Amino acid sequence: MDGMLFLTCAVIAVACAINLVVQTHPIASAISLVGVMVSLAVLYLMLGGEFIAMAQLIVYAGAIMVLFVFVIMLLNAGRERMYKRPVWATAAGVPALFGFLGIMAWFISQRIPATTTVQFGQWMGGDARSVGRALFTTYLLPFEITSVLILIAIVGAIVLAQKELD
Amino acid sequence: MPDGLPLPPAQVPLAWYLILSALLFAIGVAGFLLRRSILTVFMCIELMLNAVNLSFVAFSYKLQKVDGHIFTFFVMVVAAAEAAVGLAIILTIFKNRRTLEIEDVSSLKL
Repeated sequence: MDGMLFLTCAVIAVACAINLVVQTHPIASAISLVGVMVSLAVLYLMLGGEFIAMAQLIVYAGAIMVLFVFVIMLLNAGRERMYKRPVWATAAGVPALFGFLGIMAWFISQRIPATTTVQFGQWMGGDARSVGRALFTTYLLPFEITSVLILIAIVGAIVLAQKELD
Repeated sequence: MPDGLPLPPAQVPLAWYLILSALLFAIGVAGFLLRRSILTVFMCIELMLNAVNLSFVAFSYKLQKVDGHIFTFFVMVVAAAEAAVGLAIILTIFKNRRTLEIEDVSSLKL
């Protein structure tokens, strides 16, 4: 059951990721990215990260992607102009990509023994209580700094997007 | 399940999560290098960040500590701030150059 759910979510995530890269219109890429994020949220739930799964859905899929879609609407972004890519780039790039992936997969399977398995419910330490306790005791300083970071981002976005004074 | 196909395991090896994370990251890198529309490049950056988040949560499970979730939280916060500022920059570039292709914004090129 766990394996079936993992394989389903993994296939959906990879299919949506490839769709993101392949599509010409940005709005199709944005919808595919939402699909990736939702399937990743299910994977976080299987790994015991309830808080992170909900934060992913609310913040990433619910706020950041909505921002992307708004900007696509504002810019009236159309289809990308396709151009001819040199043959040697595709001939060198695609095997390099698969080679890199193969090396990573081999390295990971060597370092992490196959006996380390993930079972849903075996570790429930990612709930809001544990995350909140760690966030407000051990990681208090980074937490406060991120609040300043968000303030800087807000000020920067407003300054960049305002009308120019003629 | 039809005969001959292997059943998915009841307990998923942790390595599969990490390999999925690497695969998503590689797809993000490929899109980042190949696409010309600045919005799609930005979305590939977000895909790479999500792949790294999956890796963090997987290792947090392995080590049975909550610290990986905290790092994921911070990555999400930084991604949100970066998306806000980055999209504002994209809007400004579009206002000035009337184009969304990274090839046309090349005045710093040698």
